[in-house]
Amino acid sequence: MSRTGPRIAVVTFPGSNDDGDARLALDLLGAEAVPVWHTDSELPPGTGGIVLPGGFSYGDYLRCGAIARVAPVMDAVRRFAADGGPVLGICNGFQVLAEAGLVPGALLRNRSLRFLGRDVTIAPERLDTPFTHAIGERRPLRMPIAHGEGCYYADEATLDALERDGQVLFRYVGRDGAVADDDERANPNGSLRAIAGVMNARGNVAGLMPHPERASETILGSDDGIGILRSLVASAALARAGGPVGVGA
Amino acid sequence: MTLAERAVEPLHRRLGLTDDELQAIRDRLGGRAPNDVELAMFSVMWSEHCSYKSSKPLLQTLPTGGPGVVAGPGENAGVISIGDGLAVAFKIESHNHPSAVEPYQGAATGVGGILRDIFTMGARPIAVLDALRFGEPNSSRTRHLVDGVVRGVGGYGNCVGVPTIGGELVFDGSYQGNPLVNVMAIGLLEERLLTLASAPGPGNLVVLFGSTTGRDGIGGASVLASATFADSDPSKRPSVQVGDPFAEKLLIEASLELIGRGLVEGLQDLGAGGITCATSETADRGGTGIRIDLDAVPRREPGLEAFEVLISESQERMLAIVRPERWPDVREVCERWGLPVAVVGRVTDDGDISVIEGGEEIARIPAAALTSNAIVHQRLAAPPAQRRAAPAPGAPTVVSDRLPERGMDPGAVLLALVGSPNLSSRRAVFEQYDSTVGADTVIGPGHGAAVLRVKGSKKALVASTDGNQAVGVLDPWLGAALSVAEATRNVSITGATPLGVTNCLNYGDPTRPEAFWQLTEGVRGLGDACRALGLPVTGGNVSLYNESPAGSIAPTPEIGVVGLLDDVGTLVGPAFTADGDAIVLAGASGAGLAGSEYARLAGAAVEDGPPSLDLGREAALQAFVREAVARGLVASAQDVSGGGLAVAIAECAIWGGLGAQVRLLVANSPAVEMFGESPSRIVLTTRPRHAPALELLARQHGLPVDRLGTVGGSRVVIRLTAAGATGAAEDRGGDVADELDVAVDDLRHAWEHGLARTLGWDS
Repeated sequence: MSRTGPRIAVVTFPGSNDDGDARLALDLLGAEAVPVWHTDSELPPGTGGIVLPGGFSYGDYLRCGAIARVAPVMDAVRRFAADGGPVLGICNGFQVLAEAGLVPGALLRNRSLRFLGRDVTIAPERLDTPFTHAIGERRPLRMPIAHGEGCYYADEATLDALERDGQVLFRYVGRDGAVADDDERANPNGSLRAIAGVMNARGNVAGLMPHPERASETILGSDDGIGILRSLVASAALARAGGPVGVGA
Repeated sequence: MTLAERAVEPLHRRLGLTDDELQAIRDRLGGRAPNDVELAMFSVMWSEHCSYKSSKPLLQTLPTGGPGVVAGPGENAGVISIGDGLAVAFKIESHNHPSAVEPYQGAATGVGGILRDIFTMGARPIAVLDALRFGEPNSSRTRHLVDGVVRGVGGYGNCVGVPTIGGELVFDGSYQGNPLVNVMAIGLLEERLLTLASAPGPGNLVVLFGSTTGRDGIGGASVLASATFADSDPSKRPSVQVGDPFAEKLLIEASLELIGRGLVEGLQDLGAGGITCATSETADRGGTGIRIDLDAVPRREPGLEAFEVLISESQERMLAIVRPERWPDVREVCERWGLPVAVVGRVTDDGDISVIEGGEEIARIPAAALTSNAIVHQRLAAPPAQRRAAPAPGAPTVVSDRLPERGMDPGAVLLALVGSPNLSSRRAVFEQYDSTVGADTVIGPGHGAAVLRVKGSKKALVASTDGNQAVGVLDPWLGAALSVAEATRNVSITGATPLGVTNCLNYGDPTRPEAFWQLTEGVRGLGDACRALGLPVTGGNVSLYNESPAGSIAPTPEIGVVGLLDDVGTLVGPAFTADGDAIVLAGASGAGLAGSEYARLAGAAVEDGPPSLDLGREAALQAFVREAVARGLVASAQDVSGGGLAVAIAECAIWGGLGAQVRLLVANSPAVEMFGESPSRIVLTTRPRHAPALELLARQHGLPVDRLGTVGGSRVVIRLTAAGATGAAEDRGGDVADELDVAVDDLRHAWEHGLARTLGWDS
């Protein structure tokens, strides 16, 4: 099938588990998802966006993402991000971005100290970002989490600044859409201020713990993740065309 | 035995071989005595775990062939075609004793081992189901084991990126000293890539890749898996292997790339018996020999003895047979995935496994002597003299007449059952597993059979594991046949056609005639049921010696079934779907409460026997439900099993968020009607306009069928009315048991919190 959609690099670290799922979901949205190996120092020509997928990069026997952040491919990711290209980290990809300092905060062990695999409900804080602009009216969004270390943490001053500057991208909410700060079922990993996803200050690098790529077809129980991925695909098309990517763009 | 006596014990006995077996080894070596290295090799390969020396004659009676079977018993996993050039590989295996000694690593390496059996054949693993059985849930030891095993299953499966989509968690006192950890894995492959564990072509290279070889897991097969043991004996902990799921993930990707590019002639994983097992099995299947150079084996530590390298069960290793000209490509693939790789030997034409160390040959054994020509024992089977336990002093002897007693609220009994350790939601456990990685999970754990879509098609695979030890302990033939009936029924009620059966036979010490009789009866029940249902047994695993000082486990045939649904759009689930739907029961209840969850709850001695099974009726029932689903007559379908009809209806109500108004005719006693577990019954719902067609179809299949009531409201209400057929029943129907009337919300609460409360995980 020939695709006219933008080229999106999906990085495969040793231990990445959701790279194939992410490529499949992006392909279904008309993008050209291209696998990129962890030792590659350059992105494929014409790359308009990057996904760092879920999994257990390098086994994550150390802190999650601590080894992946020094992988050769991450230099290329940093350069791409510095040039303003859209980068989305999902689950382990979010942990890698946090370890790399590309998004603020850290992901700690879940409050229960157990791995959690189940559906959650999240709501976007804003709809004018490269990762949320195509979400549309269907909100909140239902999709799975699957992680042992997804408790979002930052110090109080950082959290205040994130909220003030609009860098909180998603929060865990109850099914009614109300923010679930202290609700253990709705915010199961105990993330501070129920934060499920954040952006960098420029608004072109984002990470979230839930898995939109596993909620991209109705047969899988939910296709609520499509809006996030479709936003990324559109942003990648814009980036490739040389247009500005970022909040409000 | 004193220390002095132990010291003079000959080596073969210390390695678990009998004097007769030593003589049989000499016979296979042309009369000469084996040296110590050879003896160590024989000790693992002739262990019960590797040789099936007690069970082989029984297993040969099982039906194994059938349309679509691409690979059957004897291969690493069964493989069955699903059309369009695709096939499904599946197998279940035990890791019971390692999990008893070290629950986290025991369970983790159990997952790793069964996954290797799948991808060794060229199939990408797409799902794991774990069937776990423990002793009394309120004992601290049980809680320790549950916690460790669940973390181990998750720690490995989650990291390796294969979803855990189902399984079982059962508590029964007989597992107190000997828990069961049975893991089933499913893989999907292109049929043209099917790869066998064979070593063809003398001159080909023998390549070892994956983790390095160390001292872990020495004698796992012989020491742990093939002898009874005292629980948590710390001296056996070094025999438990240690898992590295990251290495396994790399091994999966590298192996599938090697197979996909046609770079290997044969592939075998290293599990029990390590290098000895992998070389002898591949050589024997290929009709060849293998010459192996121990100095070439990449090692984890210096100072390993030759026999240790040969029988080490270090995890995450694979043996590949490679044409010399393809070696550079094989090495490139392995190194790109970061895996140590080395040529460790060559395929020969002499039929022997020969071992070289320091340039000298230190062992030479015919490959067949270690595998296909290993010793087989004809064990003695004898039924127990007294097959029923005497009632406890003061206990009511006829359960069915005593409970629910007049004045007792049957709704309270139902609440207690849905919240009981074996029937409540398993959510607290399965939420610790990743059930959605791979983006194929249509129905995950928690609501009957699991369903996976097949990417790029309309097809779906449906899988279930079931085992019935509660009846098995009373009648091992019936327990096994019921296990097959339930596992296949769980698949059929979705509309899927069962393709084949894999089994994990967990039994006691085969040298005890009663335990061997249980195994014999179990295999007979398995075979009878599979023949009646027209299904092949495509492989599995036998775990014997499941005994501890506390006694033997209840005989536990764990059955795994995979089915195929041609169009996932026709999938039917168990939950009630719409107000006003008619509730129809296909099949009829039969007498007998023994072995039921109700009897366990009542705590009464069981004297009425377990319910009987008519395999012809079961086959007709499953054919009926599949046809009914295909014709679009079914809105929901749920099988009647643990907790009986009332629990089945309660689950449909809880999952659908809809109540039910039901009227039951009392043909037996009220307890049997509501809570009895007689098999071959399905609760269906259907749009009222379809009810006559559904009932007609059931009758055409020769099945009893009964319109029970209607879906709707927020309560489950069951009224008992006299059947009128017999005077006795009429009397009971009139005067026993009040109407059952419980709010669905209350049922849900009891069901959702029962397990966590049982295990002390809830505050």
